[in-house]
Formats: sequence, structure tokens, C-alpha cells
Amino acid sequence: MENRDSDQDAILFEPLLKTGPGYWLLIFVLVCTVLWGGYAYVTQFRLGLGVTGLNRPVYWGFYITNFVFFVGISHAGTLISAILRLCQAEWRRPITRMAEAITVLVLFFGAGNILLDLGRPDRLLYMFIYGHLTSPLMWDCISITIYLIGSTTYLYVAMIPDLALLRDRITDWRQPLYRVLALGWSGSHEQEERLQTAIAILAIAVIPIAVSVHTVVSWVFAMTIQPMWHSSIFGPYFVVGAIYSGIAALMLTMILLRKIYHLEDYLKEIHFEYLGELLLAMCLLWFYFTFAEYLTAFYGHEPIEMRIFWAKVTGHYAPYFWTMVATDFVIPLAILCNRKTRKIPGIAVASISVCIGMWLERFTIVVPTLVNPRLPWARGSYAPSWVEISLFAAFIAGFILLYAIFIKLFPIISIWEVREGREQGVAEVTERLRGYLPGDGGIDQPAKAGS
Amino acid sequence: MGQAMPRWGMVIDLDRCSGCRGCVVACKQENNIAPSTQEQAQSSRMISWMNVITVVDGDYPDAKLRLLPMLCQQCENPPCVRVCPVGATQKSSQGIVGQIYPRCIGCRYCASACPYQVKYFNWSPPSWPREFEQSLNPSVSVRPKGVIEKCTFCVQRLQRARDQAAFEGRKVRSEGEYVPACVESCPAKAMYFGDLDDHSTEVAHLVRDTRAFRVMDELGTEPNIIYLKEST
Repeated sequence: MENRDSDQDAILFEPLLKTGPGYWLLIFVLVCTVLWGGYAYVTQFRLGLGVTGLNRPVYWGFYITNFVFFVGISHAGTLISAILRLCQAEWRRPITRMAEAITVLVLFFGAGNILLDLGRPDRLLYMFIYGHLTSPLMWDCISITIYLIGSTTYLYVAMIPDLALLRDRITDWRQPLYRVLALGWSGSHEQEERLQTAIAILAIAVIPIAVSVHTVVSWVFAMTIQPMWHSSIFGPYFVVGAIYSGIAALMLTMILLRKIYHLEDYLKEIHFEYLGELLLAMCLLWFYFTFAEYLTAFYGHEPIEMRIFWAKVTGHYAPYFWTMVATDFVIPLAILCNRKTRKIPGIAVASISVCIGMWLERFTIVVPTLVNPRLPWARGSYAPSWVEISLFAAFIAGFILLYAIFIKLFPIISIWEVREGREQGVAEVTERLRGYLPGDGGIDQPAKAGS
Repeated sequence: MGQAMPRWGMVIDLDRCSGCRGCVVACKQENNIAPSTQEQAQSSRMISWMNVITVVDGDYPDAKLRLLPMLCQQCENPPCVRVCPVGATQKSSQGIVGQIYPRCIGCRYCASACPYQVKYFNWSPPSWPREFEQSLNPSVSVRPKGVIEKCTFCVQRLQRARDQAAFEGRKVRSEGEYVPACVESCPAKAMYFGDLDDHSTEVAHLVRDTRAFRVMDELGTEPNIIYLKEST
């Protein structure tokens, strides 16, 4: 029984056991990009932030945009996984692990962008020594730290049974690692119960934490009195955008992993169908928020806000703004509305489009306000330097690199959860369905009537 | 102490300002601000705690050049202080918004939050021509790269006045004893400085003038820099 089961899911162990030349080539390219980013950062550290395109009054640019963007990407993983677990959505099983890993790994790069942005990164610890709670940046620091700890724990706890499987199966240098991390998991009934309780508690705790994270990220802007930032809608607007870009990133990851590791049997059309519908819902929600935000500004017609409004709609930032509208709304809507295009290739295009669009959304929120401050003589302009662009590329590469390493150390699909679905889930769902129906479940009666 | 703290403030009479920019030079000299390079000027990275803004009002032949000396507005309710994550920018008990250079982490949040655009960032290490280096003001610290700096109302001069007053066993006089470099140097006598809460001072008197206004008063930042509008 035990043996047949492991063989049934043998393909899920394969990424950990076999590594092709393509993988090493990818790692090489990623490491080179990261090293190049390292060189760019050393340059900035030596010479100061003068090597960026920032200036007065455009004090924030690529780094802050990327901070908001990366933290946004992190919102699909833990949050989606927790919601699906709590809803007892059975189709979640092959998705949760790869989603949770995105959250944990991309967060380092979100928080890392704040470090890049600091004029004195050597004084980072002052945030803890002299921290002032009046600053929304401090709220970010607290919220993201809790989020990182929470989502790492959540990822880890739900991985313990798989780590035990690896401990018993893999005999190379990784075995001691798995032995330690598996915490003596034997799969006893008592352990199972504890695990399920822990996962349930974490899943509930992680949802408000995740919502708080992008809310306070938005408050960095909304708490100032700067035009087009000082908006009460920003909290939920940012959360919606974060989940939107997060789901897109998740589906892109799923499509790539499915292709590379031949996971067609696990990540089926139906998973993409469901997540595609979720992406469509987020697309409409995002548009609703964007429309509400810009209509309010336009209708009020305050001159100070209108300068920024026109800069985005018809002015210097119009190409960014309208590309954002196209990539965040028009393209995904057109693809996802249509059942024929809501297939894997279409979803891949929509996901890439949304990722680009959400980056542009962050950019057109951060920069145009700073370029057009309240005082008319303080107009600015901004173009990123090679340092900022290199570090953006290096951070994306760094994230993919960590993810690629993760795949080689841990199963990217939760093996025990898939098995649990096969062994218990099917029966449970049948039972649950019976419970929904009137009487004793109504399964037997029609059968009798038919016979 | 029991006595009311002074509230230091400045009145700038725009009718008198000739736009000579003596205040700009005096400020740079007093506060060890490195002269800007052409490259810094072109990339909008100049540091100048005091600036004279020029705005052309109307069209030829009825054009008029308006001048507005612009420095930190020393807000009673400063948006920059609230947002600093490490308390590197703080408001002193005497109403001066200061910057603690050794604590600033250079996140530039205060600069982004300031509606007056009067917080300056050190984009690169400061450098002076040799002869300037020898004439640096020993009472003012030199700022390293990566931190924010700003007008401090020449707080070093207040410190000196307080030391002297303490030595003589009295309070700093509300007018005349402590004067920032820009006010002292103004040849047109367009700038006044003193304790706004002491009704005997000239600034307290001028603040009640019908020409008095504060920049972007509607934001509720309550600046302690009060301008007197041009009468024509």
C-alpha cells in the first residue's frame, strides 16, 4: 500500500532527484544577473543615491515602486492558500505549496527594496532602536515582519509530513536536513490532529495579517497630505491590487512548473478555470476601485489634484497610465470573459499582462504625485538610472533563483495533502454533500426510485 | 522653569524684498552648505535651505516679477515630523523643527511628506573648494551623504544666546539677541525675527498686519514663517 502510493506520486519527487542541464543554465543566468545587481548596489553604496535618477522633489522612484509591487505579489500565496483551506476547497491541494513559497520568498525582495532606498542602510537597526510608531513606515516594518514570520511558519508547518517523506526516501546530503526539519514526524493519529489544528489556526491568523500588510503599505502614501495620495480608498485599493497581481504571478508559476515538471496530472485545466475566474473577479474589482478613485478626483476638480490627474491621463505619464489600463483591465477582461480563451495559453497572456500592469499602477501612483507637488515651482522629472534598472532585474532574478532552489529542496506540490485528498477527501466531500441535502442525504432514494 | 517658552518665528515683508539673494548666501556660509556643482543643479539636487522663488505674474507689458524667499516653514504641526520612522526630525520645545543628522536613515519620507519641498537630501558626499574648507563654521556639523538636512533657524545661534543668557542668569531676549543668518544679512531689512508669543516684539506686531499670510495655510500646518503680501 505504502509503496504503491509513493510510486503513484513519484513524479512529485522527481524535481528533487533529477536535475537537467536546463536548470543549471537558468541558475547561471540568474546568478549572473544577481551579481550584476550586486555590483550596481556597491556602486550606490560607495557614491550615494546620486547614482539613481532620484532628485528633488522626486525623492522616491523605482525602489519604492518595486517595494509596493513585490509585496503585492506576495499576496496571492499565503492568503489564497489560507482562504481555500478554510473554505475546504478540495481543488486547493496541488496549489497551496507553490503559492505559499511565492509569498515567503518574494517578501525578502519587497523588504529589500526599502533597504536599497535608504540613504544610510548602515543605520537600518535604528528602526528598532529609535522606532517611532507615528510613522507609517514603522507600521510597515512591523506588519511585514509579522507577515514574514507568519507565512514562513505556515509554509513550514504544512510541509512537515512531506519533510518526513523525504527523510525516509532521500539518502544523500539532504537527509540530515530533512531529519531535523521533520521534527520526528511519524504520521500518528495524534500528530495528524495537532497538525490540522495548527494549520487551521495559522490559516485564520494569516488572513488579517496579509490584509494589514498591503493596507499599511498604502498608508505610507495615504497618510501624507500629498495630492492623489491622500485618499481613504488606498487601503482596500492596494489590497485588491496586491491580490490581483499575486494571483497572476501564481498562475504564471503554475503554468511554468506544469510545463517543466510535467505536472499536467496534478495541475489540471479545472484549476486554471477556477483561478482564472478568480482573476477575472479581481480584474473587475480592481477596475471598480481605479474608476472610483479617478472619478472622485476628476469630479472634485481641485486644481492641485487635477495637475496630477492630467499628467497621468493626457500628460507625460499618459503612456504608462493607458498601458496600465490596457494591461490591467482591457486585455485580461477580454481573455478571461471568454470561455474559449480562458484556457492555459490565454491565462498565461493575461497573467503576464496583469503583472506588467500592476507594476505600472504602482509606478503611476508613486511618481506623478512627486513630480507635481503642491508648490507650482517645484516641478520635477524622473528617469531611472542604470543602477535602479539593474537592481530591479537583479531582484526579479533573485526571487526566481530562490524559488528554483526551493524546488530542489522541497516538493513543490504538497504530497501528503494530495494523498489525503485521495484517501480521505473524496469520502469526506461525499459525506459533506449528503449533509447539505434534505433528509438523510437523498442519495439512496432516487436510486431506489430508479430501480 | 515655569516660564512660557518662546515661539521663534519670522516675518518676511515681500514689499521690501529686492531679490538680492543675500539671505541665500548667508545661509550657505553659516550652515556649511557645500556650493552646488553644475551637475547637481542640472539634476535638481542642489542644497539650499533658503531659496528666493521667482514667479512671473501676468504678461508683457503688464508682467510683474514676484519674489518669495522660501525656507523651512517651521510648522507648528509639521507633516515631516510625524512620518519619520526613527524620530530623526523633531520639533523642539521652542518650536524649531530640527534634524538629527547622525540618526537619519535617509528614507526621505519626510521630504516626500513636506508640502513645502524644503527638506534636502545629500545625494552625494559634500565637497568644498580648499579655501572654503578652511572657513567652515565650527558650530555647525557637516552632513554626510545619505541624510536629510534642513533649515534649523540657525539653532547654533540660539544655543550661543542661551549659553550667554544662562551665564548672565536671565532668559534669551525675545528680539535681537538671537537672529538667524538670513535675517541678519538682509540688506533691505525685509526679514524680522523674534518670539511670536511675546506681544512686545516687532514680529508679534507684524503678524497682526492685514497683509500677513502664511503659505498654504489651508493645510493646517501652521507655519511660523509669516509673509507680508506685496501691496501692489
